[in-house]
Amino acid sequence: MMNKLVKSRLFWPLIALIVLLLFNAIFTKNFFSIQIVDGHLYGNIIDILKNVAPLALLAIGMTMVIATGGIDISVGSVVAISGALACSIIDDRMKIFGNGLITALVIALISGIICGIWNGILVAKVKIQPVVATLILMTAGRGIAQLITKGKIVTINSAAMVNEYYFIGAGYLLGIPFAVFIVLIALIIVLIFVKRTAFGLFLESLGTNNRSSHLAGIKVDKLILITYVVSGFMAALAGILISSNIKGADCNNAGLFIELDAILAVAIGGNSLNGGRFSITSSIVGALVIQCLTTTVYALGVQPQIISLVKAIVIIAICLFQSNQFREAVFGCFNHSKKSKNLLSKKGAQIS
Amino acid sequence: MAIEPLLTMRKICKDFPGVKALTDVNFTLRAGEIHALLGENGAGKSTLIKVLTGVEKLDDGQIELNGEGILAKNPKHAQALGISTVYQEVNLCANLSVAENIFIGREPKKNGLIDWKTINTRTKELLKKLNIDIDVSQILGQYSVAIQQMIAIARAIDIDAKVLILDEPTSSLDTTECEKLFAVMRQLRSEGIGIVFVTHFLDQVYAVSDRITILRNGQLVGEFLAEKLPKIELIGKMIGKDYDTLSQTIKNSNDDKNTDKKIFLRAEKASSIGNIEAFTLDIKKSEVLGLAGLLGSGRSETARVIFGADKLSTGEIVINGKKETLNRPLDAIKKGIAYCPEDRKTDGILGNLSIRENIILALQAKYGLFKFIGHKEQEEIADRYIKLLEIKTPSREQLIKNLSGGNQQKVILARWLATNPDLLILDEPTRGIDVGTKAEIQKLVVQLADEGMAVIFISSEMDEMIRCCSRMAVFSEKQKLGEIQGDEISEQEIMKMIAGGK
Repeated sequence: MMNKLVKSRLFWPLIALIVLLLFNAIFTKNFFSIQIVDGHLYGNIIDILKNVAPLALLAIGMTMVIATGGIDISVGSVVAISGALACSIIDDRMKIFGNGLITALVIALISGIICGIWNGILVAKVKIQPVVATLILMTAGRGIAQLITKGKIVTINSAAMVNEYYFIGAGYLLGIPFAVFIVLIALIIVLIFVKRTAFGLFLESLGTNNRSSHLAGIKVDKLILITYVVSGFMAALAGILISSNIKGADCNNAGLFIELDAILAVAIGGNSLNGGRFSITSSIVGALVIQCLTTTVYALGVQPQIISLVKAIVIIAICLFQSNQFREAVFGCFNHSKKSKNLLSKKGAQIS
Repeated sequence: MAIEPLLTMRKICKDFPGVKALTDVNFTLRAGEIHALLGENGAGKSTLIKVLTGVEKLDDGQIELNGEGILAKNPKHAQALGISTVYQEVNLCANLSVAENIFIGREPKKNGLIDWKTINTRTKELLKKLNIDIDVSQILGQYSVAIQQMIAIARAIDIDAKVLILDEPTSSLDTTECEKLFAVMRQLRSEGIGIVFVTHFLDQVYAVSDRITILRNGQLVGEFLAEKLPKIELIGKMIGKDYDTLSQTIKNSNDDKNTDKKIFLRAEKASSIGNIEAFTLDIKKSEVLGLAGLLGSGRSETARVIFGADKLSTGEIVINGKKETLNRPLDAIKKGIAYCPEDRKTDGILGNLSIRENIILALQAKYGLFKFIGHKEQEEIADRYIKLLEIKTPSREQLIKNLSGGNQQKVILARWLATNPDLLILDEPTRGIDVGTKAEIQKLVVQLADEGMAVIFISSEMDEMIRCCSRMAVFSEKQKLGEIQGDEISEQEIMKMIAGGK
């Protein structure tokens, strides 16, 4: 049982999260205190859950893309596009769409899907390497967002639906941030799709070896396309949350470098960037680790100049601890049988 | 001949979780001999070599080289000690030049920069010693696998090797290429290098080996002089069974009723540009149809066209009397066709997935995304085929890459049998597989045909083709030359057709 737990992909990310929380329990004052103000929960923990929402959404899509052996570095730009569209519509700057809340959301989400289809076609059909293929939209995307907002920062303070829109990213339902519900619903839908259909199996299969998978009858191109569409959709949803939270769209800064955090979340979740086996739940824990770390660093009052450095060191440590070889080197023979297995798998060899 | 032992391995033991890979195995190699190491898949050959070269840790036992105790910590250390290995798959960089490949990691330097001139001239000299005359500044990838193999050997012996281990070096070579390799091996032998030769091809064992050590189930069966051990006895010792009973069980039983068999698939003037020229071929139910020919003759390409893996340029495929378009493998699978590809490693197995997942994959693909096979049913299917095909594994959740080649092949077979196909295409299903498993697979092929399945069988080994097939189409130079059946099928007849076709 213990052995199974240790081998689970979820184990090390969870340990990292628990260690971070324990650290806070000791060194950060009132880290775990939760107050109720106006029927809403307040506190560091609630903040983490609320702020992690966009990153968690991106991590869901990114995990699936990475499972195919690909990568999507355009999500930050998609965040900007979706936020620009949603805010422009809410603020009634795009007359053809009107200024309805639902219209704004639907159009923003469709823009994410279109971005995903674009990426997917470049990768699956045109066969451009995923980094290069998504680099195109990463660079062009912010330009597109600028075109939508005509180069301005769009604020929606005076718009008719501002409160409703603000609620999505910053509101509370039953005392809990509404964004948390969005993440949970997205996660549950995706997990059902992955686990209750053959999608998860096919994804792991084609990520492991797409030639074999093709010959076994899997529609490799179609599945790869789907993962980029999911990633684009999640990015658009994240863009809505981010722009809603600040009641405005800033094309230059919304979601800047967030693609790197999303990839990091997947990596901390113990997923191989080579594709194959994956766990979305682990990536979510990875996102929580990143957010928890950020909150911790701020709560400790670390000087702003060295925040990135502190984060980098902690993340290096987490990644090292996930490596069997490193743990063995540090703690001696952690588990002998495990070592021989790893060696075997590394050489791609066989017992014969 | 009282030659001093060069390498002595005594009472070698190695356990893997759940498997005793080696128990008290002794192995002695003398300088200037070619020593064949034989055994079925899972007998412990590779493990013995891995222990010797430091890939795996030794659990118990001693290793002596030139009378001194050694223990290689890793392959690099083994090399430094004088033990070099050339693996089954060429372990070189196809995108680097021949000379770069030979000196990679130990480039001679001049003034802190790499001395390309020395590299090229020394490579040239080195290859000349092995009677290979090629342009060493060319990219390795453009030479044949045989040449690449020789270059791997050249690299191995240039690092001052006393012991050279060749792990299945011939599995991707044709006959003339093998001869070249053997010539090199004989020459190295005369220079006093001890060569360990691991192979599945028994004829090759007799062609070059002086001595034979046989392992079975991780234990030593014995060491023999090659000339004093007849092949039949050798096989008997490897599988621990009588060879006669084996060869009888795989005798073809369905020759006579050939004429009235129903046609399942008909390829009418089908061609695929660059792969295979137009051919017409009937595939009948209850029959094993062989596609004979040399490597690259178009036999595998024919199979790929029928499976929809390569696009049809002209002609048509008719299945059960209906014209069908096969754009991708999935289309063929839905029409009841199954295909075990030639290259198990790159086209067959999904290394990081479990046996269970590997088995149900094609069936799930046939069902589609939404008709998901439940976990319980997956387990039942996997267990059924593990039992039926006697796949040796501690559990169905074992990763397929941890299995031996023969068992991997069985898993791929299981994957296709699970789809309940009408036509099963087997491209080199027994390559790199031990005698016992080979016989099992051949038997299964004939049995499946008896039960009404159409089978296409492709193999480089003429023996097994002749033993299994009731009809054969012969290919050469990407063309179908003709068909033979029944009593006409013989090695001479096939050779004559291929020779005449050129």
